[in-house]
Amino acid sequence: MDLDQSVIGLTSNEYVFEVERRHVGQFAAAIGDDHPLYTDEEYANQSAYAGLIVPPTFPIAMNDGKTEMPLALDQRRMLHGEQEFLYYKPIRIGDRLRCQIKVSDLYDKEGKSGKMQFLKLDTEMKDETGELVCISRMNIVYRSLAN
Amino acid sequence: MIKDWVLEELTVDQKLEPMVKPPITKVQLAQYAGASGDFNPLHLDDDFAKKIGMDGVIAHGMLVMGFLGEYVMKLAGQEARVANLKMRFGKMTVPGDEIRCSGVVERTYEEDGKRCIALELTAEKVSGEVVGSGSAILQLT
Repeated sequence: MDLDQSVIGLTSNEYVFEVERRHVGQFAAAIGDDHPLYTDEEYANQSAYAGLIVPPTFPIAMNDGKTEMPLALDQRRMLHGEQEFLYYKPIRIGDRLRCQIKVSDLYDKEGKSGKMQFLKLDTEMKDETGELVCISRMNIVYRSLAN
Repeated sequence: MIKDWVLEELTVDQKLEPMVKPPITKVQLAQYAGASGDFNPLHLDDDFAKKIGMDGVIAHGMLVMGFLGEYVMKLAGQEARVANLKMRFGKMTVPGDEIRCSGVVERTYEEDGKRCIALELTAEKVSGEVVGSGSAILQLT
């Protein structure tokens, strides 16, 4: 069954994600990203970020592994087509960010194999004062299942 | 990374020196699975991958985006912040693939009194197959 416009605006529960040094180190090591901005305090202090930060794709790892999606989706139909990160404030080790997943858009497009649906899922991350730190935006192609 | 330019002086259509990553390994996919929390067996279990018609495991698309993120941060150096990073997933990447990240200056502009540089990014295999195409915005401070 296709999704309809009523899913726009649905949200997940809010969860708190704590940014831990070891986790950030493991994430950077897996990529092989050895930028001193994640480890060298002196270097980082002199940078545009004025302190240590995390790798730019780290927000993808900021899931607690148990928060349910705001809507039920059939995994077999999902294709992660595009990913975007919008950065508002630096993410630092020790941050405790309040995260919530939102359905921000849904639209249809006519494709070669029939109608395809495009779903935008935003994970909004806010600091303890409620200020927006980052949005991790996942663009999902929701395909029709082959008959 | 050797830089023969400064961010302030980049001009439209200027090509930036690429970065080539070492070949992707299965151990790396296990590391990435653990660090990202994405344990989809498609990235870890050859038997599972073969059952659904692949030759073997494929890399996480987000690992390739991680490479582009690394590249952008290296371009930004100490002088700029990254305001936006985006990638569209292309062809699949498998263990053994060497990924080359490259960038071109798309435009430069001022916003809120800050100089911004919009980059077009490409991640491709040495064969030229594009595995990710994207963009980033650097903000000079």
